[in-house]
Amino acid sequence: MFIINCPFCGEREQSEFKAGGEAHIIRPKQPTELSDDQWAEYLFMRKNIKGIQFERWNHAHGCRKWFNVVRDTSNDEIKAVYKMGEKPPVQ
Amino acid sequence: MKKNLRVKTGKVIDETYRISFKFNGTTYYGFKGDTLASALLANDIHLVGRSFKYHRPRGIMTAGSEEPNAIVQLHNKSSRTEPNVRATEIEIYEGLEASSQNCWPSVNFDIGGINNLLSPLLPAGFYYKTFMWPASFWEKYEYFIRRSAGLGKSPTKPDPDIYEHKYIHCDVLIIGAGISGIMAAKIAAKNGLKTLLVEEKPNLGGSTIYQNSDHFKINNQNSGSWLEKEINEIKKLKNLEIKTRTSVAAYHGYNFLLARENLTDHLPINQRKNKTRHKLLKIRAKKVITATGSIERPLIFDNNDRPGILLSSAIKRFADYFGVACGEKNILFTNNDSAYETAISLIQKGINIEAIIDNREEVNSKLIYEVEKNNIKIFKGYTVTDTSGYKRINKISIMQLSKDGQKVVGSKIILSCDCLGVSGGWTPAVHLFTQSGGKLKFREDDQVFIPNIYPSDQLSIGACNGDFTLDEILVNTPKSLIDYLNIKNTEYDNLEISSSTNKSKRNVWLLPSDKIFGKTKSFVDYQNDATAKDIKLALREGFRSIEHVKRYTTTGMGTDQGKLGNMHALGIISETAGAKMGELGTTTFRPPYTPLTFGTIVGRNVGEYFDIFRKTPIHDWHVTHKAEFENVGQWKRAWYYPKENENMHEAVQRESKAARESAGILDASTLGKIDIQGTDASEFLNRVYTNAWSKLAVGKCRYGLMLNEDGMVYDDGVTTRLGENHYIMTTTTGGAANVMGKLEDYLQTEWPELDVYLTSVTDHFATVSVCGPNSKKIVSGVIPDLDFSDESFPHMSFKNAKIGKINCRVMRISFTGEHSYEINVQANYGKSVWEKCMEAGKDFNITPYGTETMHLLRAEKGFIIVGQDTDATMTPIDLQMDWIVSKKKYDFIGKRSLYRSDTIREDRKQLVGLLTDNPNEILEEGAQIVADINKSPIEMLGHVTSSYYSPNLKKSIALGVVKGGKNMMGQKLIIPMEKKNINVTVADPVFLDKENKRLNA
Ligand SMILES: [Zn+2]
Repeated sequence: MFIINCPFCGEREQSEFKAGGEAHIIRPKQPTELSDDQWAEYLFMRKNIKGIQFERWNHAHGCRKWFNVVRDTSNDEIKAVYKMGEKPPVQ
Repeated sequence: MKKNLRVKTGKVIDETYRISFKFNGTTYYGFKGDTLASALLANDIHLVGRSFKYHRPRGIMTAGSEEPNAIVQLHNKSSRTEPNVRATEIEIYEGLEASSQNCWPSVNFDIGGINNLLSPLLPAGFYYKTFMWPASFWEKYEYFIRRSAGLGKSPTKPDPDIYEHKYIHCDVLIIGAGISGIMAAKIAAKNGLKTLLVEEKPNLGGSTIYQNSDHFKINNQNSGSWLEKEINEIKKLKNLEIKTRTSVAAYHGYNFLLARENLTDHLPINQRKNKTRHKLLKIRAKKVITATGSIERPLIFDNNDRPGILLSSAIKRFADYFGVACGEKNILFTNNDSAYETAISLIQKGINIEAIIDNREEVNSKLIYEVEKNNIKIFKGYTVTDTSGYKRINKISIMQLSKDGQKVVGSKIILSCDCLGVSGGWTPAVHLFTQSGGKLKFREDDQVFIPNIYPSDQLSIGACNGDFTLDEILVNTPKSLIDYLNIKNTEYDNLEISSSTNKSKRNVWLLPSDKIFGKTKSFVDYQNDATAKDIKLALREGFRSIEHVKRYTTTGMGTDQGKLGNMHALGIISETAGAKMGELGTTTFRPPYTPLTFGTIVGRNVGEYFDIFRKTPIHDWHVTHKAEFENVGQWKRAWYYPKENENMHEAVQRESKAARESAGILDASTLGKIDIQGTDASEFLNRVYTNAWSKLAVGKCRYGLMLNEDGMVYDDGVTTRLGENHYIMTTTTGGAANVMGKLEDYLQTEWPELDVYLTSVTDHFATVSVCGPNSKKIVSGVIPDLDFSDESFPHMSFKNAKIGKINCRVMRISFTGEHSYEINVQANYGKSVWEKCMEAGKDFNITPYGTETMHLLRAEKGFIIVGQDTDATMTPIDLQMDWIVSKKKYDFIGKRSLYRSDTIREDRKQLVGLLTDNPNEILEEGAQIVADINKSPIEMLGHVTSSYYSPNLKKSIALGVVKGGKNMMGQKLIIPMEKKNINVTVADPVFLDKENKRLNA
């Protein structure tokens, strides 16, 4: 169980949060213009990296806000936390 | 013939306090301070159990939590019975009753012992090889295997004890109160850190506390006395909390640890009432210092598992700590110096030592000289080749070890004994360190794995870090604490130390015998009966990975997780396969370190607190009126209201008829309700529902279907426009929280530009739904001031109204196909409004109905239930609900997916109605649907999703999903059941009132 530093509330137990999968996958503005393959790319394809991963988390049992987390999935170390719409602070 | 092997007052024994206890039905005596193991040994009892596979007699082997053999059942058949309790850990109390496990009819005569004679037929992987084929026979084998195997019996009565969970936050957690843990605790606490010290044993001080030999001195006192003073001092420190009888079960990431604090297991049963038995401590520590010590290694030789064979360090502990001699004719067998520490303790207490067998040829140390001075014969360069004695060791054979340690030479010597202490050196207890994700490195010198890379803010000190001798511990512990805690110095920086241990060791993982290898039984895992032979067999059969060998031979898979023998298994693999130990890696140690009871894990979440449930404001009325309840998500919903002798079917038939013939009333409070406000609320609904919302007039209601981005139906419900920028959305009962989460997700992450605010108001309103041809008369009786004419208040519209002084929202919407109203009021008025409706409906036979009738009524109308008729693979098109998918809208969630190559397939499963040829035949929900039963294999076309007997249509009706069902109207299909095939015809899913006349009746 790790600790997540919610950008709105501060450090809280992981059990207060809900994971939301890979971050920075933007919903296409004009889905109807896309081919099946392009749409499938958005809909189904996720990297699921071992190592540094950018992912979305929701403080479900807290402020209910969504935000982004940079996590090393190999050891659960959280490198950074930042709000929706902000640029990732690390690469 | 009972013997008393109590030698001298032990460190922790109170001889003025005698305790009686029972073991296998016989009464014995021990003293306060004894463990069950020490008390049994004092009564000369070694044989306590039978091994798992071969049912070999087994005795007490250790004095701690690493014990593989001496596991017992406590208080058999009582509500407090507990299996797999280590006799070496449980402290005796007046009235304790323990019995042996895994034996029948008794530990002295066990029928399963025949497996020992059959052992050549029971090699590693025997069960995998034999019982897996033919597959259909497994059920028959399993019955016999389960009966003859298994350690202990689980309780059958409710647990009478109380358990608790507690969170602890601290600056430093120190695990283990041996000498290094005590030093760390003092340093941390004195430097102002909030410190918690936990120790699994009842007393502090580890193995140093009973060290009273002149060979180990600190500041000119023997090490035991020195440590005792330190302990007395730390007990006074303010920011140090000490918890004994507390064992850390799990070490997770981010320094989150679980520990079990044992509060009453050492008390007589009659003193446990109303006390918490175990506390599960959930510890979050900024820093963790692991000082878990080390576990002595056994030696692997032929027949090394007999009762009377113990770890040499255990013999020392039993003598020094409990004042118990493990035998009268003791032999020690070692490959290093620590057995001589045991010998010196035994000599001091006048316990007889017959001989010492040492693998090493040439050794010089002060300890050995002292032992030799006492005229004890030491066989240097020898090894034990075999032992005898069925229920207690009585003889050993020894021979000289060859130079390379691979075979024995010379002639055999037989020595008689009643106890054999073995010492194969030490293994750092790195279990918790590896659980935390720590990486080990292999130290070639003495063949041990020690902590290398720390995954979190932690430190290992003392023996668990590979410091085995007193001087190493005393020098290295303060040094590493200075670095770790970032402090200038400690009070231990200039200790005067004298320590006599010589570190030499002759490591032979598998000791040779004069017998051929195939005839030997050298146990590596005592609890699971895995031998060196099994490991070599696994390697011969091609297993290479240590994890595979472990599973194939079951080495290390017992309740003790192979704390004693895992290293030997690795060593044997390494030697046999010619691989380096360091490169083999170790198997993964998993939580819990020692077993936890279920009670500890669940804590207070038992009985009615096992899982939370939600009640509607009208719940009490349903209880009073004898409703049966159904769990829907976390809600308790009224399921049906049986009258006197009615069964469920009869009640539902009556309720359903009444709702269509006159009036029914349903508690719909559990439906999810989301309040939506903001200038972009209409646009938002356009994007989340498949149909159009912009033109919905204020005061009107609309049914909406919500999809996932993959085009599959996610939820549905009616949403009402309360004002220009204000809607109230209803969701399914079970989907409410998920819908709320999903909408928030889109608002916050995809469409932050929208001016929309969502509030969950499910709990704020109670919803009373009145339906049926007389519903208007009833509701207008409750709200006389409201105009109920169809012109003013048509179907799918909404009115604000007042019942007395109570504000309410009335929606004219219908899930039954009947003329009906839903009255929403502030939750705490729910019950009174319900009762008003009942009163007003008295003359109309108003009938409360539950979820089962609701399901039946909607099925008659072909209305879907998301989650029952859909399963996340159904699009609106599959449901034949094309009418609700807007063609004009540019986009909505899931739109693009509705014309992916997969979703436009004609042969997708589609929702249809099903009518049985025999109108009285009711289909089973979930039953498969086929067209041709002669084809092999039979092609499954789909399954039945909803099925009822309709009292209004007087026939059986069903909904189902069928491949290409849309184009199969009128076609005959078959539902094959176990005893018969049922013929059905595909029909329109709307069975009743296709013209919707009843809505305005
Ligand atoms: Zn938050």
